Amino acid sequence: MQVNLTGSLRSCANGAEVVEIDACTIRELVSKLLETFPEMEEQMELGIAVSIDGEIYRDSPSKKLPVGSEIFILPRLQGG
Amino acid sequence: MTHDQSFTNQKFKLVGSRVNRPDGVDKVTGRAKYGADASAAGQLVALFLRSPHAHAKIKKLDTSRAEKLAGVKAVITSADLPDHTNGAQLDVLENCMARDRVLYDGHAVAAVAAIDKETAKKALKLIKVSYEKLPHVTDVDEAMKPGAPLVREDIFTRGIDPKPTEPSNVCKVSTFGHGDIETGFDEADVIIEKSYKTEQTHQGYIEPHACLASVGPDGNGELWVTTQGHYTYRTVCAALLGMDMAKLKVTSSEIGGGFGGKTHVWIEPIALALSRKANRPVKAVMTRDEVFKASGPTCSTSMDIKIGAKKDGTITAGSAHIRYQDGAFRGQWGQLGAMTAFACYDLKNVQSVGYDVLVNRPKVAAYRAPSAPMAAFGVESTMDLVADAIGMDPIDLRIKNAAKEGTRASYGPTYGPIGIGPTLEAAKNHPHMRAKLKKNQGRGMACGFWFNFGGQTCTDINISADGTVNLTLGTVDVGGSRASMSLICAEELGIPYDQVKANVADTSSLGHNDTTEGSRGTFSSGMATIFAAREAIEEMKERAAQTWDIPVEEVEWVEGEARAIGQKNDNLPPLTLKDIAARAAATGGPIAGHNEVVADGAGVSFASHICDVEVDPETGGTRIIRYTVIQDAGKAINPDYVEGQFQGGAAQGIGWALNEEYIYGDDGRLQNAGFLDYRIPVCSDLPFIDTEILEIPNPNHPYGIRGVGETSIVPPLAAIGNAVSNAAGVRMTHVPMSPPRILQAIEEAEA
Repeated sequence: MQVNLTGSLRSCANGAEVVEIDACTIRELVSKLLETFPEMEEQMELGIAVSIDGEIYRDSPSKKLPVGSEIFILPRLQGG
Repeated sequence: MTHDQSFTNQKFKLVGSRVNRPDGVDKVTGRAKYGADASAAGQLVALFLRSPHAHAKIKKLDTSRAEKLAGVKAVITSADLPDHTNGAQLDVLENCMARDRVLYDGHAVAAVAAIDKETAKKALKLIKVSYEKLPHVTDVDEAMKPGAPLVREDIFTRGIDPKPTEPSNVCKVSTFGHGDIETGFDEADVIIEKSYKTEQTHQGYIEPHACLASVGPDGNGELWVTTQGHYTYRTVCAALLGMDMAKLKVTSSEIGGGFGGKTHVWIEPIALALSRKANRPVKAVMTRDEVFKASGPTCSTSMDIKIGAKKDGTITAGSAHIRYQDGAFRGQWGQLGAMTAFACYDLKNVQSVGYDVLVNRPKVAAYRAPSAPMAAFGVESTMDLVADAIGMDPIDLRIKNAAKEGTRASYGPTYGPIGIGPTLEAAKNHPHMRAKLKKNQGRGMACGFWFNFGGQTCTDINISADGTVNLTLGTVDVGGSRASMSLICAEELGIPYDQVKANVADTSSLGHNDTTEGSRGTFSSGMATIFAAREAIEEMKERAAQTWDIPVEEVEWVEGEARAIGQKNDNLPPLTLKDIAARAAATGGPIAGHNEVVADGAGVSFASHICDVEVDPETGGTRIIRYTVIQDAGKAINPDYVEGQFQGGAAQGIGWALNEEYIYGDDGRLQNAGFLDYRIPVCSDLPFIDTEILEIPNPNHPYGIRGVGETSIVPPLAAIGNAVSNAAGVRMTHVPMSPPRILQAIEEAEA
């Protein structure tokens, strides 16, 4: 599936805005991204969130990624 | 148990009503206990020695004379604080206590626990520190220049290709957007480019950071503290001090304001370390000077905004380069600013680039919708300039380009149902927009966005034998959430509001709850309360079925009572919650409901503000004449407190826009660390702030709740900036728009 990268993660994937990753869950997606782009590790450790069809998930690694869904990797948000 | 989070359009009896807050009497009578209100037998007083330099090496630190002073029970320096986190949280530890060098004016270098304040003060004077001053930088633009003093030598800019080999104060570059902005600008009839600056502000909570820490020789500890997230404090303090989390009980006091500033630890790990060393309870309370210098204000910023539009008002492209200073510690504030800058609009071509920059100032913390107000100031000011250039009403320009369901957000994902369009339409139709203005008065409006989020949440409901209900929450109540949660609990159970007593549990009494931030309290704990109540109802249906000796499938819960369904059960009178509670001991024991949930799916939030300002052209002084907030709440559980959040955000935004400012001298030291010289708004500065609540349900919450606590601070800088610019006849580009700045702008325009 197509995974959209945002922010500083793009520089870890040679500037790519979209990468192809086969994954069924957020956990698998993160694991495969790290396998493919090891430089993402440092930024992943700072925290990420995953948007699935417009809904942002911060702490749901088991969340399924429906086939054909819109996926964005976003920075983990902070609030006040 | 997994529950369905979907919005159900449930009809409410209690939710949406205006009720008194359960903590109200305690707060108006002075009985409420805040961070500094707890004491323990034998407690010591903690004081901190802080750096007088913006940037310096600590060449020598001698505490021996202080340690020998009678009445001093412990002295702590970084030597007492080894890194237990393998580097993972070394920066947090270093901010609490400087290691080999100080990074900002006010950075702690040592702490003392003594039998009283006078002794502790004397001890601080006996600590000898030898510094070697280093070059410093406190301005974000200066810090980005080649040859600027390096705040840290181990920071290499992330987010650029190729990876840099030289250290830099720019710790991260984050790019968001889609389309082709060059093509978009080529298609524009009008292009406006403008640069803006905003100064650093503090959240301005009235209650300073305060705690009472106690750690025994057995490794068990307790911390009473003012915080937005006592579980987070437990996690971080335990990690920094090498303690077992379960052995550290953290209790959150009532909180006298936080707004993001009480999401991080500051003095708390040091108070615990002092207590552990002295084997006595230790009380630490920051002075206001310390709060300004050594807690976590928001960023100062600098930005360049460019917007292109056709004559009919269609925006063809938008770009933003925004530079946020993070203080002396790596943050993500520029990144967040870049994400939010254009989030209100439906743009084909958009790019925003955020720069996170280190300077010699205190670590930046969140401040209510962190980073969004400054980016909105730049974009929304430029929107007014575009409207002026094409001869269009500024609100019509915004309505024409407003994001809607299906719009690809400027930060990436596609929006679901959102409320920016409706808030703008409501602003356009509001009587405020038609009110007449007098001489030297101007009107401005602006809109704003914030994400909102949910997170880990855990809630308990316990039904007492008399039918009253204890609701145990783990999210700190920063804005009246105990009232909202009680309403939700009463709604689900079908009992009166005053039969529910909501408490915030300590960390030993309930599972983990994320910090109350990101406007998550009512969204997340509301969801957990609904599910916990429904679990309790299932149990009560079981008890009723037992009592009646019928299958539970033949029992339904309606309006606070169990009813037996079916003709054959016609002779069974309903059992109320009170009836069932009274028989609990004989039907299986305590009745409780529990829920733990990762409450993801928080709905994004939008607001539109209208502001009238009068400017005195001779002094540059300003007066807010009228102010209106219109915001989408999803569902307002308790409208009084939703309106209070709207008004509070606007009031803080007014202070930020007009007066508040960290002022640093050439020596890198903060010049105005007190409320006499750092002016937050007082009642006489503010008009009544009018509010209008819109309710566009969040599809991912059973009641449709979105967060409401933060978005209201996003539009004020821009709305006031547009109003002041219209009143003064000159575009204001630097916040705060204090009298000297307005006067200078008027004089420059006249010259």
